[in-house]
Amino acid sequence: MRLADDEKAMLDGAEGPAVAAAMDLLVRYGEALGAARLCDTRNVAGTMTQPSPVKARLVREHGWDKAFSVINLDSDGDFPMPRMRVPMCQLQHGFGDDALGVAPYPAEMVALQGDAEAFYAGHGVNILATCTPYQVGNLPVRGEHVAWMESSAVVYANSVLGARTNCEGGASTGAAGLTGKIPCWGNHLAENRHGTHLIEAGVPVEGFLDWGMFGYFVGDVVQENRPVVTGDLRQPDLADLKHFGAATASSGGVELYHIPGVTPEAPTLEAAFGGRPVPEKVTYGERERRAVYETLNNQGESADVDFVLLGCPHASLDQIARAARALEGRRLHPGTELWIMTPRALRSVADRNGYTEIIRRAGGQVLTDSCPAMSRSAPEGTRVFATDSAKQAHYLPAILGIEAWFGTLEECVDAAVTGTWRGELR
Amino acid sequence: MTFELRGRGIVPGRAEGEALVSRETISGWGGIDPATGTVIERRHELFGVCFTGKVLVFPGAKGSSGWSGFFQSTRLLGTAPLAMVFTTLSTKSALGAVVTRVPAVSELDRDPVEAIRTGDWVVVDADSGVVTVTSR
Repeated sequence: MRLADDEKAMLDGAEGPAVAAAMDLLVRYGEALGAARLCDTRNVAGTMTQPSPVKARLVREHGWDKAFSVINLDSDGDFPMPRMRVPMCQLQHGFGDDALGVAPYPAEMVALQGDAEAFYAGHGVNILATCTPYQVGNLPVRGEHVAWMESSAVVYANSVLGARTNCEGGASTGAAGLTGKIPCWGNHLAENRHGTHLIEAGVPVEGFLDWGMFGYFVGDVVQENRPVVTGDLRQPDLADLKHFGAATASSGGVELYHIPGVTPEAPTLEAAFGGRPVPEKVTYGERERRAVYETLNNQGESADVDFVLLGCPHASLDQIARAARALEGRRLHPGTELWIMTPRALRSVADRNGYTEIIRRAGGQVLTDSCPAMSRSAPEGTRVFATDSAKQAHYLPAILGIEAWFGTLEECVDAAVTGTWRGELR
Repeated sequence: MTFELRGRGIVPGRAEGEALVSRETISGWGGIDPATGTVIERRHELFGVCFTGKVLVFPGAKGSSGWSGFFQSTRLLGTAPLAMVFTTLSTKSALGAVVTRVPAVSELDRDPVEAIRTGDWVVVDADSGVVTVTSR
């Protein structure tokens, strides 16, 4: 890999040992990838504050500087951590203090995360604390090279925004934050951004549920490849594409898709394939739609729902408003809890608009920062949960050993109010 | 019988040991427990199997961007595999191998998951990109 003069200087220690360690990691990583060079970035989204046993021990024995060096720079050193060189944000992490007394989650982890927030905020990290930074002020522009983690955010940034990022990790984002550099490989290169597969919807794809199911189908078909989706697609909104992308990155490993006429790099079908021959299409019809629904619901046996989870990826303001409308004047079943996960910045708007109060009066909770999968925590004694998220239905049964139902927001609210799952595919 | 696979060294170094082959891709977050070095994904063919000290042969990385962090933790907790040989290179598997700091080879002339069997003795020379396999 060829290094530019400023990169060589960083590697040689001109900006101190932490930056040198960061550049050393980027060189090892870039060479592992076979990258020709690094590119400049001014937008990094990573994870530093999430509690873990390894981190807790490092902090206890050596402090936060050492924990950052070991985990986020992959270095054995113990360097004073400088301020981030470029804008950087913290993605979702563990539960915060708003979940104390609600989620069965250790108070010492909340405290450790509180310390982490203070440390990293002081070093230039914006604590957005969400899997959807694009909902709360981190909105890269088309063509911008960014370095993001979180599969659902990566696919949104590449596909919906036309920004360029690979699916980064904790060490590469830590190093990118200190250097403003990331290997110029994969999705950063224009020639790697054209479609590889064509999937055509033969049934209408409209609304949150159907965009999620369609995404789950697409991810399963293409795995790590780049799908172009066409057919009877009705105009999606932010929440629809947030769900669609997260689903493609759950059943598969999609980091970039195109919807001709909707997403920015695909004005036409031909453009989506970069002028190369359009491959044979795979059809998503009524039978495939039903098969996806059944797959997402094959982890449920008991219709007695203890727990309803909305907001994966973190809910938009519109989704919170819809949940509040569905819950207004109603009361949750005594044996059932309902949580909606959202970024803290949006919760403050939800508070202001009265949505939080409506949801609380019904017995539900608007929580922030995390989710049951990330924090491995659901209400005590949960055996059966219901969700409107294909991603959460995919992951949570394996993570917590519980049953799952998947349906619309309204079906989930109905289950929360009656304690019984009555969803069906319409 | 002894044979060679030729590929590209991803993380330099040399190690030899017994192969543990997974025909399925491996998840980091939600897929392995770094404290014990075992696969914990319930529906995975290696569910409950420990990879510590083995040459881990697998098709590639799947799932969360936390992949590299989980494998880095295996190094910090002393449960890491001895080496990695994998079919498909991605940012997850490349960074994961880098921060696990074990010799790793990918982009081979044959699919290692097809060619190598669990229990084979494998010499991973990531400096030259050559993987030498002695079947058991």
